[in-house]
Amino acid sequence: MASYSTNEFKNGLKLMVEGDPCTIVENEFVRPGKGQAFSRVKFRNLKTGRIWERSLKSGETLEGADVMDMEMEYLYNDGEFWYFMEPETFEQHQADKTAVGDDAKWLKEQDRCEVTLYNGSPLSIAVPNFVELEVTETDPGLKGDTAQGGSKPATLQTGAVVRVPLFINIGEVLRIDTRSGDYVSRAKG
Amino acid sequence: MTNSDWQPTASITVLRERANVIACIRSFFSQHAVLEVETPLLARHSVTDPYMEILKGDNPLGKSGAFYLQTSPEYAMKRLLAAGSGPIFEITKAFRKGEQGSRHNPEFTLLEWYRPGFNHFQLMTEIESLVGGLLSCDRPFLRMSYGEMFQQFLNINPHTISCDELSALARNTIDVQMQSAQKDDWLNILLTEIIEPQLGIDVPVFIYDYPASQSALAKTVINDEGILVAQRFELYVHGIELANGYFELTDAGEQEKRFQGEQSMRLALGVEQIEVDIYLLAAMNEGLPSCAGVALGVDRLVMLALQIKNIADVMAFPSDRA
Repeated sequence: MASYSTNEFKNGLKLMVEGDPCTIVENEFVRPGKGQAFSRVKFRNLKTGRIWERSLKSGETLEGADVMDMEMEYLYNDGEFWYFMEPETFEQHQADKTAVGDDAKWLKEQDRCEVTLYNGSPLSIAVPNFVELEVTETDPGLKGDTAQGGSKPATLQTGAVVRVPLFINIGEVLRIDTRSGDYVSRAKG
Repeated sequence: MTNSDWQPTASITVLRERANVIACIRSFFSQHAVLEVETPLLARHSVTDPYMEILKGDNPLGKSGAFYLQTSPEYAMKRLLAAGSGPIFEITKAFRKGEQGSRHNPEFTLLEWYRPGFNHFQLMTEIESLVGGLLSCDRPFLRMSYGEMFQQFLNINPHTISCDELSALARNTIDVQMQSAQKDDWLNILLTEIIEPQLGIDVPVFIYDYPASQSALAKTVINDEGILVAQRFELYVHGIELANGYFELTDAGEQEKRFQGEQSMRLALGVEQIEVDIYLLAAMNEGLPSCAGVALGVDRLVMLALQIKNIADVMAFPSDRA
C-alpha cells in the first residue's frame, strides 16, 4: 500500500493509524507564528467508529489502508452472519455482528446497502438514510384527529421497534429515517 | 470540476463588507499620515525561513535565476524605510506554498505597516485603535507576556523548562505524532493545540516577549527576570492569530548572522539553499531607522469582523478555484 504525506491528506482518505484502518474526517493546516507547521487531523477509526484527533508534523507520512466502499445487496442472516452480495460479480461476503452493528435492525432482504471492505472482508456497513419497512405488529389503529399527534410503538418486519402515529395499522409500509430511527411517513405507492 | 466551481466562495454581501474593511484601513492610515506603498510580488530574493515553502516563478527579465512570489513585503518595505520613506503601510497579496485550511489559503492578503520612532508597545496601541474599531470592541485589549501565558494555561515556565519535560507534557495532553529535540517545536505545539484556542475569547490579547530562539526579525533584550527574550508580539482574537509584530532588528551584522543560522538549518533539514537578500542587508548597512512593524492577516480580520469561520467564505476565489 502507498504512503501518504500530510500535504496529500484530504477528507475521506483511508490510512492505517496504529494498526487500525481510519478515514480522515477533518484535516487542518496549523502554523504557529514561526517554525514548524503541523497537520491537525481528525480520524474516524473504521473498526470502532471512534473519532481520534492527532497532530502530525508537516511532511510526515502514514501508510494507506486497503479499504473500499462498495454497494451490495443484502441477502440473509443465518443467526451468526449477515450475507451481502456484489451485484456485478455475485460474489458473497459474510459480515459479523461487529461489522453490522446496530444497523442490523434496518436490513431488509434484497435492499441495497454500502459495505466497507477492509483487506477484502466487511468492516462496516452503512444502510441508506431512508428505508421502507412493513409493520408486523402494533396496537389497532385509532381513527380521529391525526394532527393532534400521540404515538405508539410498532414492530417492523426486520424486528426494529419505532414510535408511529396512532392511525398506523399492521401491514402498512412506512418510511423510516435510519439515522434517528424516526417514522417519517407512510410509504408512497 | 463541478458545475458550481466557477462561482465565488464568498457571497457578494461578504465581498462588500470586505471592501468596506479595506476602505476603513486606508482611511485610518490616511488620517494618521502613514504613506501607502506598493512593493513587488515577484522578486529575486525571499525569506530563508527553513519551515516556509516558497512559490517559485520564472525570471521576468528573461534571464537565468528564479524569482520568488513574496511571503511578505517585509524586506522591500524595510528598504523603503532605509531610503527615508517615513511611516508606511501596504495592503498586498502574499504567497505560502501548501498552506491551506480553514484559516489559511496559499495566496492571502496582508496588511503590513512600519512606524519609525515607535517601539512595539506603542505599535500595539495603534493596532488596538485600528482593530478595536473594525471589530467594534470598545474594551481595552489585554497584554500578556509569553511566560505569563504558559504559566496561566499550563503552569510551566517556558523559558526554563527542559525539552524532555516539555515533550512529556505535550505527549500527556495531546495525541501527537512527533519526534523532536527542538524545544521550540514542543512550545509551538502546546501553544497552538492547548493555549491558542483559549486566547482572546472575551477581549483581544497581545502576547509579547517571545523566547529569543523565536525572534525572527525582532530585536532581543534581557527582560526583568534576566531572560533573553525577543521583542516580538502576536495579537490573538477569538483563538485566531491575527497579527505578528516586532521591534525591528536594525543591526545588519546580527541580521546576517540570523540569515546564516537559517541557512545552516536549511542544510541540516535538507531544504534547498536560497541566496539571502543582499538588498536588505545593504539597506540595513546604510541604516534602517529604529522602528516597529507588524503584519496583519486581512482575510482573518474580515472573518472576525463578520464572525465567519472559514477563510474561503471571505475571499472570492481561494486557490482551489483560482
